[in-house]
Amino acid sequence: MARPFVPKIITANDLLEGDVIYLTAEGRWSRTYEDAVVATTQEEADDLLRKAEAQPDRIVGAYFVDTAVDEDGTPKPDHFREVFRATGPSNYFLGKQADA
Amino acid sequence: MYTYNEFDEAFVRSRVAQFRGQVEKRLDGSLTEDEFRPLRLMNGLYLQLHAYMLRVAIPYGTLDSRKMRQLAHIAETWDRGYGHFTTRQNIQYNWPKLKDVPDMLDALADVGMHAIQTSGNCIRNVTSDHFAAAAADEIEDPRPTAELMRQWSTDHPEFQFLPRKFKIAITGAPNDRAVVKSHDIGIRMVRGDNGEVGYEISVGGGLGRSPFVGKVIREFLPKADLLPYLESIMQVYNLSGRRDNKYKARIKILVHETGLDEIRAEVEELFPQIREEFTHPSDELLAAIEPHFAPPAFVEKPLGDYEAALAADPLLRSFVETNVVAHKHPSYAIVTISLKPVGGTPGDATAEQMRVMADIAERYSHDELRISHEQNVILPHVAKADLPAVHAALRDAGLGTANVGLISDIIACPGMDYCALATARSIPIAQEISTRFNELKLEHEIGQMKIKISGCINACGHHHVGHIGILGLDRAGVENYQITLGGDGAETMTLGERAGPGFSAEELVPALERLIDAYLKVRRDRQESFLEAYRRLGVAPFKAALYPDQAKDAA
Repeated sequence: MARPFVPKIITANDLLEGDVIYLTAEGRWSRTYEDAVVATTQEEADDLLRKAEAQPDRIVGAYFVDTAVDEDGTPKPDHFREVFRATGPSNYFLGKQADA
Repeated sequence: MYTYNEFDEAFVRSRVAQFRGQVEKRLDGSLTEDEFRPLRLMNGLYLQLHAYMLRVAIPYGTLDSRKMRQLAHIAETWDRGYGHFTTRQNIQYNWPKLKDVPDMLDALADVGMHAIQTSGNCIRNVTSDHFAAAAADEIEDPRPTAELMRQWSTDHPEFQFLPRKFKIAITGAPNDRAVVKSHDIGIRMVRGDNGEVGYEISVGGGLGRSPFVGKVIREFLPKADLLPYLESIMQVYNLSGRRDNKYKARIKILVHETGLDEIRAEVEELFPQIREEFTHPSDELLAAIEPHFAPPAFVEKPLGDYEAALAADPLLRSFVETNVVAHKHPSYAIVTISLKPVGGTPGDATAEQMRVMADIAERYSHDELRISHEQNVILPHVAKADLPAVHAALRDAGLGTANVGLISDIIACPGMDYCALATARSIPIAQEISTRFNELKLEHEIGQMKIKISGCINACGHHHVGHIGILGLDRAGVENYQITLGGDGAETMTLGERAGPGFSAEELVPALERLIDAYLKVRRDRQESFLEAYRRLGVAPFKAALYPDQAKDAA
C-alpha cells in the first residue's frame, strides 16, 4: 500500500538578501512560513516547484519539504532544520526571529 | 609581514572588478544561478541557511592591526557587527547581502586581503602554526614557505579544476600546532643529516566522512625542490584522482586505494622532469620572501613590575598559567586570546573586540596577530613586562577568559545555526558544555582537554581529533550526538574511536559529566591528562561511564 502523502511547502532563498522565503498561493514569495501554500498531492507539489523554479531572477535553490499543518490549515515547520530556517540562529537574536 | 607587490595588488583588484560584473549580470538575469554559483564560490561567497556567507582568507593565520581593523569595519558596515573565526584560519561573515559583496571585497583589497582560495576545487589557502616565528620549539618560521606556496598556487592554470578541494598545512616546529597530518599535503620542517633545514612531506591526510592520518611520502625534501615536488604530487592527483564520485575525490582516497608506494613511485618518476621546467629553485624564491618575515626588533624591558603584579593579582596569574606560553626570546611571551567566553560562541568576535585586539597588537605585540585553527587569536610577541597591561585591556573588552587548552576551549563548527550542510547544531552544545563545567568549577581540576564538535560528517569541527569528539547527526528528525574518544590533533595524531550509540541534546552534557567524573576517578594523578589516561586504560572505563545501563546489563 502506498504511504499517505505528507503535505509539502516550497521554500528557497531570496537572491538578493539570501534569506529564507516561501511560495504563497498567489505564486509570490513570503518571508513567513505560515504564508506558504500547502501542496496536498505530489502533483501539486511538483507543479508548485516548477512555478518556483521559473523565477530564477528572484530566488535560489527552491525545494519542497514535508510540513505539519494546523487544524485550520496553517502550515507549521515539522523537521528541526525548517524550524531553524524559519527562526534564525540559536546563539544570537538575528534572522527571522528578530525581523518579526 | 608579507605585503603585496604590484602583481598581487593588480590581481586581487581585477578579481574584484570581475566579480562586480558577475554580480551585476546575476542581478539583471543574464547569468543563471548554475552559471553564477561557481563564480561566487571562487570568491568565497556561499549561500547558507539564513543568508549568504563570505569567507575571507587570513593566509597562514597572520595579520596586523590594520587588517584586523578593516575586518571590524566590514563587520559593522555590511554585516551584523561580528565575525566568526574558523578552524581554517579564515573569518566568516554570516549576513552579507549579495549586492554588497563586491564592496566588501574592495574593502578587503584595500588592506591586501581577499576571499580567493577559500572555496571551490582548488588549492585552498595554506594554513600554518599560529605560533610561527615566536615559538620556543621552532626550527624555522614556516610562513615564508607558506607564502611561496600561496604565490605558486594562486591562479595556477593547471590546478583550477582539481577533482576536489585541496588543503596544505605547514609547521616549522616539532610540536605540531597546525594538525598537518589531517591535510591533503602536510609539511613539517625538519633537519637533515647535516643540520640543513628541509621538509618532511605527508600526503593523503584528511577528516570528513573518511578520516585518514597523512602518510609520509618523502622523509626529507631539500628546500630547493619544494615547488617541483608539490607540483608532481598535484599532477598525479589531478590525473588520477577520482572525478566520478564527490565523496571519493580527495587525494586521501587515491592514496588509500592506490597505495602509498605506488603514488610515491609515480611522483618520483615525474619529479625530475618537472624540476627541469622550474626556472628557479625554490630556495632562491624563498630567499626573496624571507625578508618580509624578518623578526621584529625585540626590546629588553625590566621584569620587576611584572613579577610584582603576578604575585599580587591572582587573575593575572591564572591567565598567565593558561593563556601564555614560552617565546623563543626569553623576555617575551606568546599570549592566546580566548574567543571562548563562558557560554559564548566559539570563534566569534565583535567589531569592537577586533578593534581592541588590533590596538593591543599595535601597542604590545609588534603589530602582529594570528588566528589559530582552534578559533582563538594570538598576540605572538608580547614583552613579559607588558603582560599586566595586556591582560587588563583584554579583560575590559570581555577577552580575558583564562581557559586555553581547558574543557571550555572548544572547537565548534557553525553547525545548523548557520550552515546549509549541517545535520545538527554545534554552537548550543559548546555553550552548554562551557556553562556547565564553569558551574561545576572543575575546569582547572580536569586540566588539558580538547573537545571538538562538528555539526555534520564533513568534520569542520575536527571531531575526529578531539580528545572528546562530538558529531551532530539527524536521527529520524531529531538532533543526535555521537561521541568519539581518544582523538589527537598534535604530532602524535590519532583518530578518535566511536564510543557507542549517540545521545540526544538533553542527554549529552550529563553523559559528558559522567565521562569526566570517571576520568577524575581513574587518572593516576593530576598530571595525567584525559588523553593519557585514555591511552593507558583503553575505552572500557569511559564507555562504562557513558553507558551505565549497558554496564549494568553486562554485570
